[in-house]
Amino acid sequence: MPREDVMKWLRTQFMPHIWCPGCGHGIIMHAILRALSSLGKNQDEVVISSGIGCSSRMPGYIDACTLHTAHGRSLAFATGVKLSNPKLTVIDVMGDGDCSAIGGNHFIHACRRNIGVCAIVMNNNIYGMTGGQASPTTPEGAFASTAPYGAVDPAFDICKLAIGAGATFVARATIAQPQMCESLIKKGIDHDGFAVIEIMTHCHTQFGRKNKRSKPMDNFNYFKDGSVLKAKADAMPPEELRGKIVIGELHRADGVEYTDRYQSVIEKARG
Amino acid sequence: MPRAEFWQGNKAIAMGGIDAGCRFFGGYPITPSTEIAEVMAEELPKYGGSFIQMEDEIGGIAATIGGSIAGRKAMTGTSGPGFSLKQELLGYAYIAEIPLVCVDVQRGGPSTGLPTKVSQGDVMQARWGTHGDHATIAFAPSSVQECYDLAVKAFNFSERFRQPVLIMADEVIGHMRERIVVPDVSSLEIVNRKKPSVPYADFIPYLADPEDDVPPMAAFGDGYHWHVTGLTSNDWGFPTNSTPEIDKKITRILRKVDRFREDVVEYKTEGCEDADVLVVSYGCVARSALRAVRELRSRGVKVGHFRPVTLWPFPDIELEKIVADFGIKRVIIPELNMGQMFLEIDRAIHGKAEAISKTLLNGELFKPAQIIKYIEEVA
Repeated sequence: MPREDVMKWLRTQFMPHIWCPGCGHGIIMHAILRALSSLGKNQDEVVISSGIGCSSRMPGYIDACTLHTAHGRSLAFATGVKLSNPKLTVIDVMGDGDCSAIGGNHFIHACRRNIGVCAIVMNNNIYGMTGGQASPTTPEGAFASTAPYGAVDPAFDICKLAIGAGATFVARATIAQPQMCESLIKKGIDHDGFAVIEIMTHCHTQFGRKNKRSKPMDNFNYFKDGSVLKAKADAMPPEELRGKIVIGELHRADGVEYTDRYQSVIEKARG
Repeated sequence: MPRAEFWQGNKAIAMGGIDAGCRFFGGYPITPSTEIAEVMAEELPKYGGSFIQMEDEIGGIAATIGGSIAGRKAMTGTSGPGFSLKQELLGYAYIAEIPLVCVDVQRGGPSTGLPTKVSQGDVMQARWGTHGDHATIAFAPSSVQECYDLAVKAFNFSERFRQPVLIMADEVIGHMRERIVVPDVSSLEIVNRKKPSVPYADFIPYLADPEDDVPPMAAFGDGYHWHVTGLTSNDWGFPTNSTPEIDKKITRILRKVDRFREDVVEYKTEGCEDADVLVVSYGCVARSALRAVRELRSRGVKVGHFRPVTLWPFPDIELEKIVADFGIKRVIIPELNMGQMFLEIDRAIHGKAEAISKTLLNGELFKPAQIIKYIEEVA
């Protein structure tokens, strides 16, 4: 059972949840709730926005101001919420398809604006809810129902994409490091600007079944064995890093948050 | 004090919105509606409001919905191709019951079509453009004054019914400049969304008041936390597959407007009482049609004019009554499309008169002389 202060953030009346037994999304939700609780956040002032997909069902189970939007659009909704009321803590939870396919344009522009939203991307390399189709993060050559001969296109690196587009806090962890997930999410929520935290998770039901990781523990061990801390990775030659997952705080940059910049527009307009 | 201005229709829409309380605009540039966004970008911050130019049309309406959920009155504006893109999230706002005003300044289509030329090709899209059933409220302004007045009404109805309201302007009305009397803001009747009056412990987010079928709405940040979704949901706003709960939700969001149809429906008539022939037109076409009707009446021709101000709900009962009461024999419907409202009008009058469609699709306006000819052919 989660701690009592975490239980307060759950809508247990809407459970059982829709996730498969052994799904990694629960580990991420737990990390988010621990982060919110330890930051002393108030449920009336926390907005959690999401798109469509397995991961995007998460806000329904969280007792806060929750916004389950349309596929790919959650960051654009979240942008409106934050600009309308900058005092709110806004978190956006997305899957890899949401973030980097249908919502790719909203994602890069949210990075560029540096709006005060903490985006948590749950990357399981697949469209799980619709039955295991290839996503933009499916590794080249991996199998999916729409990639029966192996994925043809190269995969996106979501963190590199975020850094390139101007996000001012970018980090990555996997579900094999739940404590690191929590601490990075805390930093992301506290960050005054657009934060991206990619969390590698698994869909053993859809991705694992076709790619020799069909048990939850196969995936947990895959992430545990494949993760390399950034400090160590920085000293490793590229050939050794191939196939590894670099975790930790990857990027931090200065920048004035969007709604703060808009406040100065209001002051200018009012003379 | 009321004041006279010489404004463009697009500016009047923006200023009417602001005077109605709009404090959020999410948009994307597109001809011929861009001036609405430009005026909002300049004016909204003066009122402490927010303007944001989003990365695309869908982002524009998404941010607008987010702005509304967080408590601001919010608007987005677009034209044909952008209106096609907005359909996705208009549907979201209908089912999640989020108030907003969406303006479509119509241009020729399909696709990129005629960016700088007028059309009325989106009037059926306004009714049926997004998938699934929903109640539509859509106004068609015919003057710059009406652009302002209907923007105020659009906000009032969107707040009252908790749903999108559409302003179906057109390139001519949007870009036309004419005299307008801007009322004193304090004299305007302004409607604000109902807020919950119960403590949070008793708050059921989508439990509607029986007297109007509209649930009170708390903004995010108001001290109530609740769930919003585009899935069909129950009174708690949580997704449901229960047949009675689905029925309850969908029938209510249709009924909440249908019940008060008479409050919403608006139309103008001129010279119907003695008419044998009736011209029905809306938007910019009504300007040419009214001139034609007045000129022929001065020559003793028995012709009248009927102008729906709300395209949706369409004033069908009212039009049928006028046709029946005054023994009108023929109804001419000139439109800048292939007869989209003609079909609705023909349905409404139940064969009580002959309905005649006149269409123009080449980006030009009907000239009054052309409409005079149509009337003389059958008068």
